Amino acid sequence: MINQVQDVLGFHQRALSLRAYRQEVLAANIANADTPHYKARDIDFKASLQGALGGGGGQVSLLRTSERHLPAAGNATGGAKLMYRTESQSSVDGNTVDMDVERAAFAENAIQYEASITFINGMLRTLQSAMQER
Amino acid sequence: MSMLNVFNIAGSALSAQSMRLNAVASNLANADSVAGPDGQPYRAKQVVFAAKPVEGGGLGVRVTGVVEDLAPPRIVYDPKNPAANEQGFVTMPNVNVVEEMVNMISASRAYQSNVEVMNTARTLMQKTLALGQ
Repeated sequence: MINQVQDVLGFHQRALSLRAYRQEVLAANIANADTPHYKARDIDFKASLQGALGGGGGQVSLLRTSERHLPAAGNATGGAKLMYRTESQSSVDGNTVDMDVERAAFAENAIQYEASITFINGMLRTLQSAMQER
Repeated sequence: MSMLNVFNIAGSALSAQSMRLNAVASNLANADSVAGPDGQPYRAKQVVFAAKPVEGGGLGVRVTGVVEDLAPPRIVYDPKNPAANEQGFVTMPNVNVVEEMVNMISASRAYQSNVEVMNTARTLMQKTLALGQ
Protein backbone atom coordinates (compact mmCIF):
# COMPACT_ATOMS: atom_id res chain seq x y z
CA MET A 1 0.00 0.00 0.00
CA ILE A 2 2.74 2.44 1.03
CA ASN A 3 4.51 1.66 -2.24
CA GLN A 4 1.38 2.66 -4.14
CA VAL A 5 1.19 5.86 -2.13
CA GLN A 6 4.71 6.70 -3.13
CA ASP A 7 3.96 5.95 -6.78
CA VAL A 8 0.85 8.12 -6.90
CA LEU A 9 2.36 10.91 -4.80
CA GLY A 10 5.49 10.88 -6.93
CA PHE A 11 3.39 11.25 -10.06
CA HIS A 12 1.48 14.19 -8.61
CA GLN A 13 4.66 15.74 -7.29
CA ARG A 14 6.20 15.74 -10.77
CA ALA A 15 2.98 17.02 -12.30
CA LEU A 16 2.86 19.84 -9.73
CA SER A 17 6.46 20.92 -10.28
CA LEU A 18 5.93 20.91 -14.05
CA ARG A 19 2.76 22.98 -13.62
CA ALA A 20 4.66 25.43 -11.41
CA TYR A 21 7.40 25.66 -14.03
CA ARG A 22 4.84 26.30 -16.79
CA GLN A 23 3.24 28.97 -14.60
CA GLU A 24 6.65 30.67 -14.42
CA VAL A 25 7.15 30.51 -18.19
CA LEU A 26 3.69 31.97 -18.83
CA ALA A 27 4.29 34.69 -16.25
CA ALA A 28 7.47 35.63 -18.13
CA ASN A 29 5.46 35.86 -21.36
CA ILE A 30 2.88 38.15 -19.75
CA ALA A 31 5.61 40.27 -18.13
CA ASN A 32 7.33 40.73 -21.51
CA ALA A 33 4.17 41.60 -23.44
CA ASP A 34 5.67 44.99 -24.39
CA THR A 35 9.33 44.03 -24.82
CA PRO A 36 10.52 44.42 -28.43
CA HIS A 37 11.80 41.22 -30.10
CA TYR A 38 10.66 39.02 -27.20
CA LYS A 39 9.44 35.59 -28.37
CA ALA A 40 6.68 33.91 -26.36
CA ARG A 41 7.56 30.43 -25.08
CA ASP A 42 5.73 27.47 -23.60
CA ILE A 43 6.30 23.80 -22.77
CA ASP A 44 4.47 20.73 -24.07
CA PHE A 45 3.06 19.55 -20.75
CA LYS A 46 2.19 16.00 -21.85
CA ALA A 47 5.60 15.30 -23.39
CA SER A 48 7.39 16.90 -20.43
CA LEU A 49 5.48 14.82 -17.88
CA GLN A 50 6.15 11.65 -19.84
CA GLY A 51 9.81 12.59 -19.96
CA ALA A 52 9.87 13.30 -16.22
CA LEU A 53 8.17 9.98 -15.45
CA GLY A 54 10.92 8.14 -17.30
CA GLY A 55 8.84 7.19 -20.30
CA GLY A 56 11.29 8.70 -22.73
CA GLY A 57 14.63 7.53 -21.33
CA GLY A 58 14.31 9.40 -18.07
CA GLN A 59 17.27 7.66 -16.41
CA VAL A 60 20.65 9.26 -16.94
CA SER A 61 23.96 8.04 -15.62
CA LEU A 62 27.34 9.66 -15.18
CA LEU A 63 29.96 9.14 -17.84
CA ARG A 64 32.83 7.14 -16.34
CA THR A 65 36.30 7.44 -17.86
CA SER A 66 37.94 5.11 -15.35
CA GLU A 67 36.85 1.85 -13.77
CA ARG A 68 37.48 3.27 -10.31
CA HIS A 69 35.00 6.14 -10.72
CA LEU A 70 31.86 5.84 -8.67
CA PRO A 71 28.77 5.10 -10.77
CA ALA A 72 25.73 7.29 -10.25
CA ALA A 73 22.35 7.47 -11.87
CA GLY A 74 19.42 9.79 -11.52
CA ASN A 75 16.17 10.83 -13.04
CA ALA A 76 16.34 13.33 -15.85
CA THR A 77 14.04 16.07 -14.61
CA GLY A 78 15.04 18.51 -17.31
CA GLY A 79 12.47 16.95 -19.60
CA ALA A 80 10.62 20.24 -19.94
CA LYS A 81 11.73 21.58 -23.30
CA LEU A 82 10.97 25.25 -23.92
CA MET A 83 9.45 25.87 -27.33
CA TYR A 84 8.54 29.05 -29.13
CA ARG A 85 4.91 29.79 -29.73
CA THR A 86 3.62 30.08 -33.31
CA GLU A 87 2.25 33.58 -33.65
CA SER A 88 -1.17 34.20 -35.10
CA GLN A 89 -0.85 37.94 -35.65
CA SER A 90 2.59 39.39 -36.13
CA SER A 91 3.50 42.75 -34.62
CA VAL A 92 5.87 45.39 -35.92
CA ASP A 93 8.33 45.22 -33.01
CA GLY A 94 8.99 41.47 -33.39
CA ASN A 95 7.16 40.56 -30.18
CA THR A 96 5.12 37.33 -30.42
CA VAL A 97 3.18 37.57 -27.13
CA ASP A 98 -0.57 37.30 -27.71
CA MET A 99 -2.07 38.50 -24.44
CA ASP A 100 -5.35 36.56 -24.91
CA VAL A 101 -3.54 33.28 -25.52
CA GLU A 102 -1.19 33.82 -22.60
CA ARG A 103 -3.92 34.81 -20.16
CA ALA A 104 -6.05 31.83 -21.15
CA ALA A 105 -3.11 29.44 -20.81
CA PHE A 106 -2.19 30.99 -17.45
CA ALA A 107 -5.73 30.56 -16.08
CA GLU A 108 -5.95 27.01 -17.44
CA ASN A 109 -2.62 26.08 -15.90
CA ALA A 110 -3.67 27.50 -12.53
CA ILE A 111 -6.85 25.37 -12.59
CA GLN A 112 -4.84 22.26 -13.47
CA TYR A 113 -2.46 23.00 -10.60
CA GLU A 114 -5.39 23.24 -8.21
CA ALA A 115 -6.77 19.99 -9.62
CA SER A 116 -3.51 18.22 -8.84
CA ILE A 117 -3.63 19.61 -5.31
CA THR A 118 -7.22 18.39 -4.93
CA PHE A 119 -6.16 14.89 -6.00
CA ILE A 120 -3.33 14.84 -3.45
CA ASN A 121 -5.63 16.14 -0.72
CA GLY A 122 -8.24 13.49 -1.51
CA MET A 123 -5.66 10.76 -1.36
CA LEU A 124 -4.25 11.98 1.93
CA ARG A 125 -7.75 12.15 3.39
CA THR A 126 -8.50 8.58 2.26
CA LEU A 127 -5.30 7.38 3.88
CA GLN A 128 -6.05 9.24 7.08
CA SER A 129 -9.49 7.75 7.42
CA ALA A 130 -8.08 4.30 6.73
CA MET A 131 -5.53 4.75 9.51
CA GLN A 132 -7.93 6.14 12.10
CA GLU A 133 -9.32 3.75 14.67
CA ARG A 134 -13.02 3.92 15.20
CA MET B 1 10.75 26.86 -6.01
CA SER B 2 9.58 28.03 -9.40
CA MET B 3 6.38 29.53 -7.96
CA LEU B 4 8.39 32.15 -6.05
CA ASN B 5 10.02 33.12 -9.34
CA VAL B 6 6.63 34.19 -10.64
CA PHE B 7 6.72 36.98 -8.06
CA ASN B 8 10.17 38.10 -9.24
CA ILE B 9 9.09 38.08 -12.89
CA ALA B 10 5.77 39.85 -12.38
CA GLY B 11 7.44 42.28 -9.96
CA SER B 12 10.04 43.30 -12.53
CA ALA B 13 7.21 43.89 -15.02
CA LEU B 14 5.33 46.01 -12.46
CA SER B 15 8.31 48.31 -11.88
CA ALA B 16 9.03 48.55 -15.63
CA GLN B 17 5.43 49.44 -16.44
CA SER B 18 5.31 52.01 -13.63
CA MET B 19 8.43 53.64 -15.05
CA ARG B 20 6.64 53.81 -18.39
CA LEU B 21 3.65 55.44 -16.65
CA ASN B 22 6.07 57.93 -15.07
CA ALA B 23 7.42 58.84 -18.50
CA VAL B 24 3.88 59.25 -19.85
CA ALA B 25 2.96 61.51 -16.91
CA SER B 26 6.06 63.65 -17.49
CA ASN B 27 5.33 63.93 -21.22
CA LEU B 28 1.67 64.83 -20.74
CA ALA B 29 2.47 67.38 -18.02
CA ASN B 30 5.04 69.05 -20.28
CA ALA B 31 3.05 68.86 -23.50
CA ASP B 32 3.06 72.67 -23.68
CA SER B 33 6.32 73.54 -21.90
CA VAL B 34 8.00 76.01 -24.24
CA ALA B 35 11.23 75.92 -22.24
CA GLY B 36 12.74 73.15 -20.14
CA PRO B 37 15.51 73.49 -17.52
CA ASP B 38 18.09 73.96 -20.29
CA GLY B 39 16.10 76.70 -22.00
CA GLN B 40 15.24 74.41 -24.91
CA PRO B 41 11.69 73.14 -25.58
CA TYR B 42 10.84 69.93 -23.68
CA ARG B 43 11.42 66.69 -25.64
CA ALA B 44 9.21 63.64 -25.08
CA LYS B 45 10.84 60.79 -23.10
CA GLN B 46 10.29 57.13 -23.99
CA VAL B 47 11.36 54.06 -22.00
CA VAL B 48 13.04 51.06 -23.66
CA PHE B 49 12.16 47.56 -22.40
CA ALA B 50 14.40 44.50 -22.63
CA ALA B 51 14.01 40.95 -21.33
CA LYS B 52 16.23 40.25 -18.31
CA PRO B 53 16.91 36.89 -16.64
CA VAL B 54 15.85 37.01 -12.98
CA GLU B 55 17.66 35.08 -10.25
CA GLY B 56 16.47 31.49 -10.15
CA GLY B 57 15.62 31.34 -13.84
CA GLY B 58 12.91 32.86 -15.96
CA LEU B 59 12.82 36.10 -17.89
CA GLY B 60 11.69 39.35 -16.34
CA VAL B 61 11.66 42.86 -17.80
CA ARG B 62 14.12 45.67 -17.33
CA VAL B 63 14.13 49.27 -18.48
CA THR B 64 17.42 49.60 -20.37
CA GLY B 65 17.14 53.31 -20.76
CA VAL B 66 15.03 56.41 -21.19
CA VAL B 67 15.51 57.91 -24.65
CA GLU B 68 14.36 61.22 -26.05
CA ASP B 69 11.76 61.09 -28.78
CA LEU B 70 13.34 61.92 -32.16
CA ALA B 71 10.15 63.39 -33.62
CA PRO B 72 10.53 66.98 -34.90
CA PRO B 73 9.24 69.71 -32.58
CA ARG B 74 5.85 71.24 -33.16
CA ILE B 75 6.10 74.74 -34.78
CA VAL B 76 3.27 77.10 -33.90
CA TYR B 77 2.68 80.59 -35.31
CA ASP B 78 2.15 82.88 -32.31
CA PRO B 79 3.82 86.31 -32.69
CA LYS B 80 2.57 87.49 -29.26
CA ASN B 81 4.53 84.74 -27.47
CA PRO B 82 7.77 85.99 -25.87
CA ALA B 83 9.52 82.81 -27.10
CA ALA B 84 8.61 83.49 -30.74
CA ASN B 85 11.41 84.01 -33.29
CA GLU B 86 11.64 86.90 -35.79
CA GLN B 87 9.10 85.27 -38.10
CA GLY B 88 6.64 84.79 -35.21
CA PHE B 89 7.03 80.99 -34.89
CA VAL B 90 7.29 79.25 -31.51
CA THR B 91 9.02 75.85 -31.12
CA MET B 92 6.77 73.65 -28.96
CA PRO B 93 7.58 70.22 -27.41
CA ASN B 94 7.36 67.16 -29.70
CA VAL B 95 4.88 65.42 -27.35
CA ASN B 96 2.13 63.61 -29.24
CA VAL B 97 -0.75 63.66 -26.76
CA VAL B 98 -2.73 60.92 -28.55
CA GLU B 99 0.28 58.60 -28.55
CA GLU B 100 0.88 59.27 -24.87
CA MET B 101 -2.72 58.45 -23.97
CA VAL B 102 -2.45 55.14 -25.86
CA ASN B 103 0.84 54.46 -24.05
CA MET B 104 -0.84 55.16 -20.73
CA ILE B 105 -3.74 52.76 -21.38
CA SER B 106 -1.35 50.04 -22.58
CA ALA B 107 0.88 50.46 -19.51
CA SER B 108 -2.07 50.37 -17.13
CA ARG B 109 -3.50 47.21 -18.75
CA ALA B 110 -0.12 45.50 -18.61
CA TYR B 111 0.23 46.50 -14.95
CA GLN B 112 -3.19 45.01 -14.17
CA SER B 113 -2.35 41.76 -15.96
CA ASN B 114 0.83 41.36 -13.93
CA VAL B 115 -0.97 42.07 -10.66
CA GLU B 116 -3.41 39.32 -11.59
CA VAL B 117 -0.51 36.97 -12.31
CA MET B 118 0.85 37.66 -8.82
CA ASN B 119 -2.54 37.10 -7.21
CA THR B 120 -2.96 33.76 -8.98
CA ALA B 121 0.51 32.63 -7.93
CA ARG B 122 -0.25 33.64 -4.34
CA THR B 123 -3.50 31.63 -4.32
CA LEU B 124 -1.72 28.58 -5.72
CA MET B 125 1.04 28.81 -3.13
CA GLN B 126 -1.48 29.12 -0.33
CA LYS B 127 -3.28 26.00 -1.58
CA THR B 128 0.05 24.18 -1.71
CA LEU B 129 0.84 25.21 1.85
CA ALA B 130 -2.55 23.92 2.99
CA LEU B 131 -1.88 20.44 1.52
CA GLY B 132 -3.07 17.65 3.79
CA GLN B 133 -4.90 19.90 6.23
